[in-house]
Amino acid sequence: MTQALLVIVFLMVGVSGTAVVLTRDPRRQAVMLSIYGLILTTFFLILQAPDVAFSELTIGATVLPLMLLVAVVKAERYRR
Amino acid sequence: MNHPVRFAAFVTFGAGILALFCWAVFGLDRFGEYTGAYGIFFNSMTVPLRHATNVSTAINFDFRGFDTIGEEYILFSSVCGTTMLLRSMEIEEEAGGETPDSAVRQVSEPTDAIRLAGLALAALLVMFGTYVILHGHLTPGGGFQGGVIVGSSALVAYLTTGYTAFAKISPIELMEVGEALGAGAFVAIGMSGLILGGSFLYNFLPLGTTSQFASAGTITLINDFVGLEVASGFAIVFHEFIVQTLRRSR
Repeated sequence: MTQALLVIVFLMVGVSGTAVVLTRDPRRQAVMLSIYGLILTTFFLILQAPDVAFSELTIGATVLPLMLLVAVVKAERYRR
Repeated sequence: MNHPVRFAAFVTFGAGILALFCWAVFGLDRFGEYTGAYGIFFNSMTVPLRHATNVSTAINFDFRGFDTIGEEYILFSSVCGTTMLLRSMEIEEEAGGETPDSAVRQVSEPTDAIRLAGLALAALLVMFGTYVILHGHLTPGGGFQGGVIVGSSALVAYLTTGYTAFAKISPIELMEVGEALGAGAFVAIGMSGLILGGSFLYNFLPLGTTSQFASAGTITLINDFVGLEVASGFAIVFHEFIVQTLRRSR
């Protein structure tokens, strides 16, 4: 049971990580990064590291994509 | 460098890194079979030595507290750097006759339902984040994680109600004081340990009863100050970024 769960989450981390790299539009990439952060949070939780899961959820899944979005918006307006 | 050359360089060095990576991974312990000495030591000795049930927090703020001061000041200096850079941009833009574009930008006003839900969510986030900070020595979480949760509550207020509510929830002057106080208190507690116990970050406070709220000595105190520092730091960064997006650039 746990073994199967681990394999599934390992694969999901791999797939979503690749998806982040393959997404080319920065805005979509920020959202994809957030989804990747959420999957990584689940991954850490299953590996019984709730502390790390907490940090990943707050920084990786919320703050980092938001910062990226703000920076992208700013850069796009600067270019115009 | 043109495209084919760049691609060839990528393939060559990428293959090298992949080979080294695989070599390293196969040299690790088998999955789930940890053999290191420190993990076993800390897992069995943290509760008797420090009366803290969250081993990660005890390691962060006591056993390896000196490392955490480094991490704390990485955050501190990045907050300072971001603020300095963005504020100097602000001054340049003002000199260039730029105006905040909150009036210019085509953003529809949030509805009352969204405002209410957003403020309720922000209040819940503050409460939950404070809980995570204050119970850092007992349950998963701690100053860093809880601090980010508290800091992001201000962002929720901004996204759902706009800048005014955001500025009210996180007054920038108070946040600056909180940031400095949190960062300074960590070193001050460490120095107190040096004076009272003979070594930097010595746990000089009574350890109390394990699993009680007031226990684990200086771990709890440092954890709470780190929570203050991180919450203020993130609120400051959000503030500077939001002020930036509200301004029209050239």
